[in-house]
Amino acid sequence: MKQIFDKPEALIDIPFHFCPGCHHGIIHRLVAECIDKYGLREETIGVSSVGCSVFLYDYFNVDVVEAPHGRAPAVATGVKRARPDNFVFTYQGDGDLAAIGTAEIIHAANRGEHITVIFVNNTVFGMTGGQMAPTTMEGQETTTTPFGRNMDMNGFPIKMTELLAELPGSCFTARVAVDNIKNLMKAKKILNRAFEVQINGEGFSFVEFLSACPTNWKMSPKQALVRIEEEMIPYFPLGIVKGG
Amino acid sequence: MPKAIFVKGNEAIAMGAIEAGCRFYFGYPITPQNEIPEYMARHLPDEGGTFIQAESEIASINMLLGAGATGARAMTSSSSPGISLKQEGISYMCGSQIPGVIVNMSRSGPGLGGISPSQGDYFQSTRGGGHGDYRTIVLAPHSVQENYDLTMKAFDLADKYRNPVLILGDAILGQMKEPLKKRNYRKKEFPRDWILTGAKGREKRLLKSLYLSEGELTDHNWLLFKKYRAMKREIMYETEFMEGAKLIVVAFGSVARILKSAVQMARDQGMKIGLFRPITLFPFPYAALEKISQTVKNFMALELNTGQMVEDLKLAVGHKMNHVDFYGRPPGSIPSPDELFYEIKKVYNKRIK
Repeated sequence: MKQIFDKPEALIDIPFHFCPGCHHGIIHRLVAECIDKYGLREETIGVSSVGCSVFLYDYFNVDVVEAPHGRAPAVATGVKRARPDNFVFTYQGDGDLAAIGTAEIIHAANRGEHITVIFVNNTVFGMTGGQMAPTTMEGQETTTTPFGRNMDMNGFPIKMTELLAELPGSCFTARVAVDNIKNLMKAKKILNRAFEVQINGEGFSFVEFLSACPTNWKMSPKQALVRIEEEMIPYFPLGIVKGG
Repeated sequence: MPKAIFVKGNEAIAMGAIEAGCRFYFGYPITPQNEIPEYMARHLPDEGGTFIQAESEIASINMLLGAGATGARAMTSSSSPGISLKQEGISYMCGSQIPGVIVNMSRSGPGLGGISPSQGDYFQSTRGGGHGDYRTIVLAPHSVQENYDLTMKAFDLADKYRNPVLILGDAILGQMKEPLKKRNYRKKEFPRDWILTGAKGREKRLLKSLYLSEGELTDHNWLLFKKYRAMKREIMYETEFMEGAKLIVVAFGSVARILKSAVQMARDQGMKIGLFRPITLFPFPYAALEKISQTVKNFMALELNTGQMVEDLKLAVGHKMNHVDFYGRPPGSIPSPDELFYEIKKVYNKRIK
């Protein structure tokens, strides 16, 4: 029998700990496929963040340094400046990147750091048990917005991809989803481009993944996919915002 | 002998760092240490190095963490309020065993305090400073020359122990100008089997501080503890006028510098006063002081705060029938040699006569 499907080399062959229906596993795989595609496994230094994605280092077969909450872009800056020939990426959730790490991501982007940022937006703090994130949608119930996110009280869901595109230092920013095959194929293409931006020395690249968190959304995996399609994508439109 | 040059204390730190092979500097402006980033910004590019003015002290310490993770020699500097912001990163660096040099040209607090000299950061520096059960080596220079020499040493100690090393100065030590004799750094080799370079032809490497499995974190903390214990071999201190001393006055940094003049005045008047100056504040020279206390019973700590190092002095000699006196001064003014002479004379007369 001929084997036609396998794990990417950049992933270690162990089961993910992620909840059923979570998209981290898919996004991990896409990132790993890109690392393989460009032959970067031995050149990559990953920067893990705090949240569900912290265990990235258990799954990726590459060198990894763990950053404090929100600080991955600053850590990646130090790594990349010291080792400009390595491929350096961060992988951060919405609490990490869009709340506590807002300053670090904006300034890393604006300095035009030659790093690739994978931003996973599931509109909720996942690991801590489902609290409001800066990306939580209007009316969305979380453990800290038990009556739904109220714009008067809590402000608005933040659009990081558009915000970072505004900065003169950023080179490539895009938003993708992996909720169906079509979106997933598009996501892969866009992620390839984000990798090439760093490989070609063009500058800072950023890809936001809309991701499901059925556990904290209190939904089935299937309902979660519907929510991405019907609620999230209309507010967080997909596609390349800068640097096509 | 090399010719002496006349430089500011902050510049001496930057010069020592570059001489020791530091090629990455990350910082954020704050008085009274701005000459360090300014010197680095001007001179690092010539050495093929990188200077980044970060968006915050938090970002700077995390850039240091990142550069340190690759085995590069890197430094950040700040002053008290900025060092408070760096504590998160310092804790992570200790947990992940990532070396780096952090300079605190301290100012006064609490809060925004002021820019005058202070030794109010002694506890923060020597007790870890951030969350968790960790320590950093703390070096306390007392002259421009020592700023230079100890900065070079700091890089070796950081690499040797894979741990951040703190240099604790203050506004006096940063701003004063003195002659400096530069010397060549002698490169030392340290194990590099942990640095992140990309997993080429080897197993992947991981630098982290999160340990969740049963017993893992306990083991990790014991490992760190053994390292902190091993740092005792790095203890440094200076003594003066110990011959026949009946009272030992203890001070570090700029206060020790002023105190030296006061002790000279005391000796000139026949008072048997000796001076003990810890150079490593962590690890603190407990054993050396304990040994001295076998023949001398009277000690006195002098600090530019309301009493911090005096606790370590008491831990070292505050048992048996010893006396430990204290003179402290909150920030706002600098004591003159005359003033310190007056204070140590008071204690000498009370305890000895």
